[in-house]
Amino acid sequence: MLHTVNKSPFERNTLKTCLAHAKPGSAVLLIEDGVYAALSGTAHSDMVTQAMAQVSVYALGPDLDARGVANRVLNGIKVVDYAGFVDLAIEHPATQSWL
Amino acid sequence: MKFGIMVNEGPYQHQASDTAYQFAKAVLAKGHEVYRVFFYHDGVNNGTRLTVPPQDDRNIVTRWSELAAKHNLDLVVCVAAAQRRGLLDESEAKRHGRDANNIAAGFRISGLGQLVEAGIQADRMVVFGD
Repeated sequence: MLHTVNKSPFERNTLKTCLAHAKPGSAVLLIEDGVYAALSGTAHSDMVTQAMAQVSVYALGPDLDARGVANRVLNGIKVVDYAGFVDLAIEHPATQSWL
Repeated sequence: MKFGIMVNEGPYQHQASDTAYQFAKAVLAKGHEVYRVFFYHDGVNNGTRLTVPPQDDRNIVTRWSELAAKHNLDLVVCVAAAQRRGLLDESEAKRHGRDANNIAAGFRISGLGQLVEAGIQADRMVVFGD
């Protein structure tokens, strides 16, 4: 399963809920304001780092760039573009959007 | 592979319509098919041709229309959501006694059955919203 999260963890708790439901081996793609969860040195960095033991975490590069935070991404998070987003949607049999 | 795309947020609100558009473009660029884009809730506002954004801003509505024309996409607006928000095509305007319609090129008004069908026919369904 591919999970997409589009809200900042500083605004909503969708990422936390998503990570509580995501099964090991699934992928979580951070998009839109969700990319704020991909940053190092924040109150949510540990949660994301711990999650990466079970799930693969990706962040959408164009959304990191739009927010000027591409140089602050946590180790282990893979940055993808829209084509990479499509590939993830194909690799996983279903996509769950956490809105 | 066939993709169904659902857009539940209006244009210029947050980013859902932009992300859905960029995703659809990437799907097509990779040689896959966009089976249908279904606009629901405030997403129906992506289909009004009366939007006039500033010239230096992207025109979200026109962008969808142009993508639809180029790739023969099926852009479907939910009829009940559209009626609530004042989005009408010619026959809907006539049926409800309104003096104008505002649906943009490439969009058509239909029902939720089109969403269900897209869910059945498409290999992947991806939802964008608020």
